[in-house]
Amino acid sequence: MTPFEPLSGLAGGILIGLSVVLLLLTLGRIAGISGISAGALTQRGSEQYWRLAFLAGMILAAIFYSNFMGGFKVETQLGSGWMIIAGLLVGFGTRLGCGCTSGHGVAGLSRLSPRSIVATLTFMAAAAATTNIIRHL
Amino acid sequence: MKVLIASLFSGLLFGFGLVVSGMSNPARVLNFLDFSANWDATLAFVMGGAILVAAPGIYWVRKRSKPLFANKFDIPTSKTIDSKLVLGSACFGIGWGISGFCPGPAVVAVVSLQSDVLLFIGAMLVGMLAQYFLTPKSS
Repeated sequence: MTPFEPLSGLAGGILIGLSVVLLLLTLGRIAGISGISAGALTQRGSEQYWRLAFLAGMILAAIFYSNFMGGFKVETQLGSGWMIIAGLLVGFGTRLGCGCTSGHGVAGLSRLSPRSIVATLTFMAAAAATTNIIRHL
Repeated sequence: MKVLIASLFSGLLFGFGLVVSGMSNPARVLNFLDFSANWDATLAFVMGGAILVAAPGIYWVRKRSKPLFANKFDIPTSKTIDSKLVLGSACFGIGWGISGFCPGPAVVAVVSLQSDVLLFIGAMLVGMLAQYFLTPKSS
């Protein structure tokens, strides 16, 4: 069980929104984490470097938070085998669908992209169905 | 150099956003996706807060002729809803519903050095590479 925390959720969401706006203002890019992660592997030169810098920023924030701001919990369910299957599905699916919760769910919905609206409804529905089947059937 | 600093700073904001909101904990995400008793609606406030800032922010930024440190905006323009979009998003959703991890939270959770998190992110990168090498390049 996790407590419902709307205020910290809203605060974190605002930071994520600021990140999206800042990256678009400076580099002209959409902050989609699946695209940034994949591009960090497949691109070369400056196309690779800015993506690595973004990922380094994310990891530095997490290191700072866990050392100086009380840390954060990572509680997983199911075993390692399921985590590998889930990882493969998330990696393959986000690239085939050209985005994830950030690129489609935040940036895409914010600019009312029809593709992002369809993608977000699809992955939300698939995720809710999967979780409910695993937990209750 | 300013490109890398701007990108690093954007990544810092994003990373702090994920841990502050609690989205780095897959249990919290799964408790949003699971509508039974003890429903945790926090995720809706995270997405709501992000869109509340990003929607006017993106609108404002796009009034510029170009970004500060690049020659042009690189924003997807396609409006075609194809089977790849739906199938890919469905695959992603199933993996998200199993694990409670989407790519952003998985990246920050790596810091926990938990073996199941490292397995997830390793598999995620393999899945991304598989899609990159298996799917014919259309553009």
